[in-house]
Parts: sequence; structure tokens; C-alpha cells
Amino acid sequence: MARSATHRAIDAVWRIESARLIAGLTRIVRDVSVAEDLAQDALVAALEQWPAAGIPDNPGAWLMSTAKRRGIDALRRRVTLERKRELIGRELRILQQLDQPDLAAEVDDVPDDILRLVFMTCHPVLSREARVALTLRLLGGLSTPEIARAFLVSEGTVAQRIVRAKRTLAEARVPFEVPGRDELAERLSAVLEVIYLVFNEGYTATAGAHWIRTSLCEDALRLGRILAVLMAREPEVHGLLALMELQASRLRARVGPHGEPVLLADQDRARWDRLVVERGLAGLERAEQLSGALGPYTLQAAIAACHARARGVEETDWPRIVALYDGLAALTGSPVVELNRAVAVTMAFGPEAGLQLVDALAGEPALRGYHLLPSVRGDFLVRLGRTAEARAEFVRAADLCDNDRERELLLSRAVACAG
Amino acid sequence: MRFMVMVPASPESEAGEMPSTADLEAMTKYNQQLVAAGVMLAGDGLHPSSKGARIRFDGAQRTVIDGPFTETKELIAGYWIWECASRDEAIEWVKRAPFEGGLEIELRQVFEAEDFGEELTPELREAEAQMRAQTSRR
Repeated sequence: MARSATHRAIDAVWRIESARLIAGLTRIVRDVSVAEDLAQDALVAALEQWPAAGIPDNPGAWLMSTAKRRGIDALRRRVTLERKRELIGRELRILQQLDQPDLAAEVDDVPDDILRLVFMTCHPVLSREARVALTLRLLGGLSTPEIARAFLVSEGTVAQRIVRAKRTLAEARVPFEVPGRDELAERLSAVLEVIYLVFNEGYTATAGAHWIRTSLCEDALRLGRILAVLMAREPEVHGLLALMELQASRLRARVGPHGEPVLLADQDRARWDRLVVERGLAGLERAEQLSGALGPYTLQAAIAACHARARGVEETDWPRIVALYDGLAALTGSPVVELNRAVAVTMAFGPEAGLQLVDALAGEPALRGYHLLPSVRGDFLVRLGRTAEARAEFVRAADLCDNDRERELLLSRAVACAG
Repeated sequence: MRFMVMVPASPESEAGEMPSTADLEAMTKYNQQLVAAGVMLAGDGLHPSSKGARIRFDGAQRTVIDGPFTETKELIAGYWIWECASRDEAIEWVKRAPFEGGLEIELRQVFEAEDFGEELTPELREAEAQMRAQTSRR
């Protein structure tokens, strides 16, 4: 059945208002689970009332006052039932806080509330999956089925994840606050990680309906943009947003007419989204101005900017990319970064130098089973004219690769080596 | 998905009159909401059509017609580019704009790749692809 125009409008209002609503309610009741239940109650009320009564002039304020009223009603009922017993203190406290008359003040104080909520949903006490699910649900305004579709898991799994996450937050008594100076850097990096995980889930989609994945990129960009306003002094917030925008600027050039992937060297750079490139470059500049030493996201954005500024592969400033990877490798110590660096070294200084770096990574446990290691090595060997060895590497890479299309590509490269 | 939201010209905007302080404040507040929500990508106001021009194409001939142009309601005085989750969300945002007096705001979706295939971790495969291109050129 087609959803009515009002229902679709309510969905849209929810997308716009839910984070502010849940954040504001969490501040009042100090329990994100209760807050979300109240917000959902208000949504149900809207679905019942708005189709007949029309959408109110200020839907956000309507939802907030309805949520508060529902909370008061529910708690009062319990108070009546348990009149003879002593009320547990928490409920009494929630009741008192909900009963405050100053609604306008609650709504106006919103930006900090959203920031507090971000730090709560991205708290390190939660697993990464839980942080992602809870952040998309409470801050992105996505429904459980939407999250399940995007991550190709069942709705039950996502629902479980969210329930458990909320329980964990309550049990660990995670406060609703922006962390203090001493732990801010670490906690912020957890927040940025969650946003980038969402982005990459969209950007490196391996299966499923593609448009859903594009929307994940947009969800991540939106969270990044919101955070860039809330934490405008933090260079890595701008660095991450710049990185995502520079990568997203290539989205429409990355797909061929039949849905096949188009790799960067073959992309029509005229199809890159200049508006988003410019936003990315401006964001990178902001990050660099605010930075002392560049952080990992700003460094990655700077690398992406080298591609964005280049008219083609030959015009790309590979020595600068190598230097940026040097910085990134020193910061992260990640073997995957080292592998990337080896590729840039080959582009800048030739395949012998790159091959030495890749061979040094051969015993790296983190890269065991990672198909791009033999794939990259195969590339270097081809460039050195050692095609028999290259062929073996491509076959090995194909064996390790989970993605059908990519495996076909690797096998065709192996075949080309034999010829 | 991305939308262009177009604000039509008025006799005042075509006369080059600046909006009142109150209007500017309302618009600034609205723009801040759009930015804080992560929705706004770009937006600008346009000079009156008297500073613009039209270029007419007939075969090989190009005729330049200087402004101003008369059909005010069909002229644009400003625009936004937004990224929204849906057309409904974009409409919901337009409804919150500080306009009145029978003004009609037009909303249009921008063409984009609706989907983009599989593959690609950010840097590595791109560089890999570049190598591949160079290799194949040898």
C-alpha cells in the first residue's frame, strides 16, 4: 500500500527532528533508552494524529512536548500502582525533570545535547558494531530495518545490537556529557572512527542494493557536517569531512554504464563532482590551519586532495603522496598503510623500490589472507617484466578475494601474464 | 540525494533593493539551521537580471540580449544546493524557510549516479589502478 503524503512527511520530520528530540530528552531523563522510548511514543502519536489534524507549525516542539507528556503520564500511572510502595528514586527524578514547564529553553539548548549524544553512542564501552548501529539510529534518524538493509544483516540482529548497546550504556553509567580535555582526543577519535566506518560501508559496498549504500555515504557525510559545526575548532573533524567529501566527489565516475567499477586511472575526471571537491579542499585547508602536526584523517584527506587536484595519473604529485604516507605510517604503524605507501613509492620512484617494501611486509600477520598484498606484488612484478612470478601472485590474490568481479579481474590479469 | 532550491525574483530583488535587516536575520538563522543539520552544500543570492544577459542560438548565429528581463516570476533571485535523505525531507526544509506573501519556491532534484558498483577501498586500489594503466601503456 502506498504511504500517504502525510506519512511520508512524518518520516521526513522524524529524520530532521529525531536526533534533537532524543538528545534533549536524554538530557532531561539521563537515560538514552527511556529517551528513545519517549521519542518513539511521540512519533506514534504523530502518526495517529497528524493525518487528520495536519502537521503542526512547529513539529519539533510538538514532538518534544508530546514525548514529555507521555513520559509524565506513564510514570504517574506507575506511581498510582505503586503508591503504597516507595517509588524508586530514579523514576521519581525522571518525573520531576519531565515536569519542568520551560519547554522553549529545553529546545533551544540543543546543539550541545547532540554533541553529548554523539559521545554517548560512540562510547568505547560499546563494540564497534553497536556504536555504528546506535549512532545511525539515534543521530542519523534511521530505522532498524534501514540499518539492517544497509549492513546486510537481519533486523533482529540490529535490534538486538541496539538493545544491548543501550543496556551496556546504562550499566556502565556512561554520563551524558562532552568528555573533558584529558580524554577528549581519544573519545573524539572513537567518534570519527564510527562516522568513517559508516562512510566506508557505503563506499566499498560489496553486495546488495547499491542505492542503499550511496545513502550510507550520505548519512556519514551528514554526520560529519553536523560535527564540523559542533566541533569547529577540532582539525581532525574537518580532516575527516574533507576526506569523505574528496572520496565522495568521485562516486559518479566510479561506475560504468553497466554498473561495473571504473578504477581511478580510467575515470572521466570531468565527472568528478566539482562542488564537493571544492568543499573537500576548503575543509582540508581549514583542518591544516587548525592543526599542529597533521592527524591521520587530515593526512588521508591531503592524499585524496593530490588526486583531486591532478588532471590525470601522470600529473599526480606522487612524491608528495609518498611523503604524506610517511607521516601516516609513522602515526598509525598500520601494515595496510605501509602497503599503500609501497604503491605510491612505485608510482614515484619505480617498482624496485616498491617491491622491496612489499617483500618486507610478506610476514605481516595483519596482511595474511589479504588479497591486495599478492595483487600489488603482482603489479610490481609485471612492471619489472617478471611475468611468470606475477602470474602466480595474481592467482593467489584471486584465491583470497571474496568479490566476484574483482576475482574475475585478477584472473584475467593472471591470464594476460601467461600470454 | 541532492536538490536545487530556487527562490524566484521579486520586483524588489529586480530593483536591486537589499532585504531588510529583519529579513536578513531570519534568513541567516535559517541558513544556520541548514548548515547545522548537515543539509546545505551551497547557496547564493543572484544580482538582478539587469546585470545579466541571455544568449540566443540560431544556427551559427549568437545574439546577446542584455537584461533586465521582464517576466519577474520566472527569474531566479537565489538558490541553494541541499543534500537530503528524500524529496519529502527537502520539502520539509523548504516549509521552514522564512518566506511569505504568496512566494513560490521551486525544488528540483539534481541528477546523480543513483548507484555505484562494487569494489574499491579508497587509496590502495586507486593507486593500483593507476599502476595498471601505466603498465598497460608499456
